[in-house]
Amino acid sequence: MKIIVDFGGGLDVCFENKKEITLEFEEQQIKMADVIIRLKTICNPKKLDFFYTQQLRPGILVLINDADWELEDKEEAQLQHNDRVSFISTLHGG
Amino acid sequence: MVKYCQSCNVQKAFMVRPKTGNLICQNCFFQAFEDEIHHTIISTQMFKPGEKIAIAASGGKDSTVLVHVITLLNKKYNYGLHLYLLSIDEGIKGYRDDSLETVKQNQITYELDLKILSYKELFNWSMDEVVAQIGLNNNCTYCGVFRRQALDRGAIQLGVDKIITGHNADDMAETFLMNLLRGDIFRLPKSTAIITGDDGDNGIATLPRCKPFKYTYEKEIVMYAHYKKLIYFSTECTYSPNAFRGHVRELIKNLEAIRPSAVIDLIHSCEQLDAPNQNQKMPQKQLCQKCNLLSSNKICKACTLLESLNQGRAKQILQIQE
Repeated sequence: MKIIVDFGGGLDVCFENKKEITLEFEEQQIKMADVIIRLKTICNPKKLDFFYTQQLRPGILVLINDADWELEDKEEAQLQHNDRVSFISTLHGG
Repeated sequence: MVKYCQSCNVQKAFMVRPKTGNLICQNCFFQAFEDEIHHTIISTQMFKPGEKIAIAASGGKDSTVLVHVITLLNKKYNYGLHLYLLSIDEGIKGYRDDSLETVKQNQITYELDLKILSYKELFNWSMDEVVAQIGLNNNCTYCGVFRRQALDRGAIQLGVDKIITGHNADDMAETFLMNLLRGDIFRLPKSTAIITGDDGDNGIATLPRCKPFKYTYEKEIVMYAHYKKLIYFSTECTYSPNAFRGHVRELIKNLEAIRPSAVIDLIHSCEQLDAPNQNQKMPQKQLCQKCNLLSSNKICKACTLLESLNQGRAKQILQIQE
């Protein structure tokens, strides 16, 4: 399964300044929690704190196909092939 | 299972509003977002027709959305305001120079006059130079104090009646909690004031500062900007990792996870606070003997800090000469 991930609010600095990446999964069933775990492993270790402390950093908004993940089950939301997930940080100056 | 907007019951919901927990579609959200800010402005009598307003613009998410919404509401509801963009360049390489480009873009998009003032030209110290001298502790104190004065001076140069800033509900809650944790009794009651500086007591008038986003959630500002495709600059200040506010922000975000109304509850708690004990000696407002701007002491904080910086620099120059 392919999942497209894009980063906003400055989170691209955690992922080699890439604003968008594609993740490949072997499994047939993928949920948001799996995406977050995968991102944790590929995140620049020096910048991990911007993205994940003991959980996805509170203050990072998550969209699934451009809709608020709170409409689904957040970490438990099931994903489909070619879904787009967006992480937008709000933790910076205005 | 498709979830529908709880306002119009017609369109698909795209977001859960942190303010109300309601499911809402894009159009209803844009409407509610703008209407609520309009309501805040009207109910607090924030503006008078014909006033000149400086929008403190940093190129970040809050001020970019502020420029957009104020321009929109000014037209839609005929506030009759003359709007200006006021931007401060603290002199932080890799941070401020990039965000100023965003402000220049806003100037073009919204057709507003823009004034940029830099710490270097005002105080002869850029933030990078300040940090080089004092290290990584207390930089925010210097920066905040200098920015306040820079905004005042810029506003005076523009000849405006008021300054508006993009401080949002989350910011207000953080400020309140920070003052509580520091035991700052003098600042505590005014931590969430929507209009500050308009008391004009002792005959000393200052430029009022207003915060139209006082009740606007940060999440909603970001969502509004995202779906309206507003371009803003989003990097943490180079010096921010040690900032006290960051810890308080994290605390509030964690509180929100278990108590969704945390932000608005903190603001309401602050509003319920009694004024400080009248016997408490409050600092007297006066004019700074050096720069003539509003101060709580004979010499204002900005001049005091500058003095210490310049003495440090003077020491260095003397040492080189020896």
